[in-house]
Amino acid sequence: MSAIPQSPCHCTSESIALDFHGSLTIALAGNPNAGKTSLFNSLTGLRQKVANYPGVTVESKSGLWPLPHQLPPARLIDLPGLYSLDATSLDEEIARDILLGRAKEIVSPDVIVVAVDATNLVRNLYLATQLIDTGQRVVIAMTMFDRAERSQLKINTEKLSDALGVPVVPVVAKRRRGLAELSDAVVRSVKERAENLPVRRQVALVNADQREFDSAQRHSALIKRYAFIERIVSEAVDTHDDGRPSLSERIDRVVTHKLFGPLILLLVMLLVFQAIFSWANVPMNLIDQVFGALADVARNHLPAGILTDLITDGIIAGVGGVVAFLPQILMLFFFISLLEDSGYMARAAFLTDRLMRAVGLHGKAFVPLLSSFACAVPGIMATRTIENPKDRIATIMIAPFMSCSARLPVYTLMIAAFFSGQKVLGVISVGALIILGMYVLGIAVAVVVASIMKRTILKAPAPPFVMELPPYRLPNPGNVAHALLTRSTVFLKRAGTVILAISIILWALVAFPRAGSSPSGPEADKTAQVQNSFAGRAGRLIEPAIRPLGFDWKIGIGLISSFAARETIISTLSIVYNVGDNSDDKSSLVGALQNAKRADGSKVWTPLTGLSLMIFFLLACQCMSTVAIVRRETNSWRWPLFMVGYMLVLAYVASFVTYQGGHLLGFQ
Amino acid sequence: MTLDMVPQNVTARVASVAATDAHSLRLMEMGMIPGAPVRVVKAAPLGDPIHVCVRNYHLALRRAEAKSITVTLGPAGDLK
Repeated sequence: MSAIPQSPCHCTSESIALDFHGSLTIALAGNPNAGKTSLFNSLTGLRQKVANYPGVTVESKSGLWPLPHQLPPARLIDLPGLYSLDATSLDEEIARDILLGRAKEIVSPDVIVVAVDATNLVRNLYLATQLIDTGQRVVIAMTMFDRAERSQLKINTEKLSDALGVPVVPVVAKRRRGLAELSDAVVRSVKERAENLPVRRQVALVNADQREFDSAQRHSALIKRYAFIERIVSEAVDTHDDGRPSLSERIDRVVTHKLFGPLILLLVMLLVFQAIFSWANVPMNLIDQVFGALADVARNHLPAGILTDLITDGIIAGVGGVVAFLPQILMLFFFISLLEDSGYMARAAFLTDRLMRAVGLHGKAFVPLLSSFACAVPGIMATRTIENPKDRIATIMIAPFMSCSARLPVYTLMIAAFFSGQKVLGVISVGALIILGMYVLGIAVAVVVASIMKRTILKAPAPPFVMELPPYRLPNPGNVAHALLTRSTVFLKRAGTVILAISIILWALVAFPRAGSSPSGPEADKTAQVQNSFAGRAGRLIEPAIRPLGFDWKIGIGLISSFAARETIISTLSIVYNVGDNSDDKSSLVGALQNAKRADGSKVWTPLTGLSLMIFFLLACQCMSTVAIVRRETNSWRWPLFMVGYMLVLAYVASFVTYQGGHLLGFQ
Repeated sequence: MTLDMVPQNVTARVASVAATDAHSLRLMEMGMIPGAPVRVVKAAPLGDPIHVCVRNYHLALRRAEAKSITVTLGPAGDLK
């Protein structure tokens, strides 16, 4: 309410001339689902850059748009989708501020291109007319024109252009139809306006910024605007409505059917799950082998020493660890962009919203959370479909509780060591029950944490749940390819560097200080090295703290080193127990765990210790990649550090209760 | 009558939108303008949210939001 609306931009002709010799800045605005992304991809091709708007989680995309007449390419900014200039979300606020030239760090655009969906003209023109009213140069790109033609919608773009006072260019981004005309219209609008200012404003209805109005005034302005749009649309458009329900609605009869809807969703999620859980394993193992071989080559060709260790165990292993995530990320985003582009994602949210609302979340949280069962990293990246920032943070904060695939090796090791062969009621294996219990416990903790967070630190009035169910479309392969490219470069650049840095630090913790070689052989040397390293010392240091959980200092080393990734604890324990660090050979490690003794002769590991460790691994954020991706997605260190902290406290308390409670109940 | 009470596949006409400021504005921006025909397509399998068709496009909204939209049911011939 405090901001004073800015007067529309009255640029002088000098500044235009200046801009025009340099390169133009063009903003691409439009409603969500108006075909903005396709248009942006077609106009800029691969000349795109993704960044974050300063200080917020919203991503900014910009690209270079080649212009005709030997002009330098324009900078095209792809704004977050918005329905009106009266923003209700952070995304919309950012888009509005840039459009109105209020964003501090971004030049106000010379021209605004508004994507207007030809098949949904009235509502799309609402934003377009608001923008025209700001007095800036606006060019309307009428998207999905082929669909409009096919559904017998005859749109007279010239009439529309006359009524609105701005150029209207029909485009079909996928087939690159109308793109040349669009750039011509943009260039012409800059030239014309430079020559002849101030411009005749034909649609001066209300001020674009209605914040100074009370709600009654806003409502009446809104109604007036809609009436104006309906009038010009009825004059310029010849609709032919045969009264039959649209194809989308007929598809919806099955896809959101009471019975088939959930069933189809289950199948779709099963497919996604299968892909990231199992198919992605093939390339992941391949990457693992390639980097393993690379490390071997380096080790064999470089003189033995600390530098070689840094290269092989620190850098090559670290880079390999980063690249190993790519198959899962690519798989998940392949499906997510298919689901989004086709319009199914909104249906999934529609089907699951009631379920997710029980924990105070949005239906759109369903797919990211389910994906997190395979891996939280792509799952957290997938939360960007949730517009409400607080809902999004809450979803990110609970995603790591979904029992991911990296925990499975830890679970199976513990079960092999302490619960193998045991059965309940003669048929059900205890191991399977425990694994199931871990999944259920993770979900239960996530539900509790989400509802607490939504009532405390992430408390906010519920935003209106008004979600468009866009018409079903065949996914645009170009959009899918762009999404995959963007996601993987963003991951490698932003999260990958952090992951690499942390893995080198973790390597140093195990590699320093150096222990000399001894006559007992390289395997024993390795054990001595780890036990006396900083990590080993830290393990001893934290021993008093973790003893109530049933852990000794050797497990402590494992806890520290497994911050790199959960499964690392297996290779660390193998080294600490001197059974060779071949993590495939679990049987010797199982034996070592079963036989490990404390100084007083009692066993270090009991089934209760195993259970306590599993619960610790379920609840603690033992995964630097998750930390790095949260840092990247929330654009601050505050949330990832908070996440590590509160999950550690939870894990500690839960393991404590398990171990001590188990003892009290007489378990071993 | 409010929109959440409209039976499936019945078209009603928006009479007024009475929600808190931000909510009503957003609903109206999405086309829920007094006089606009709105058809309830179906409810989600768990009963909420509901799927409506307004101005030839499709929206999902929760029953709580639909409650703030007052509608009138005209004679059948009046509405498509």
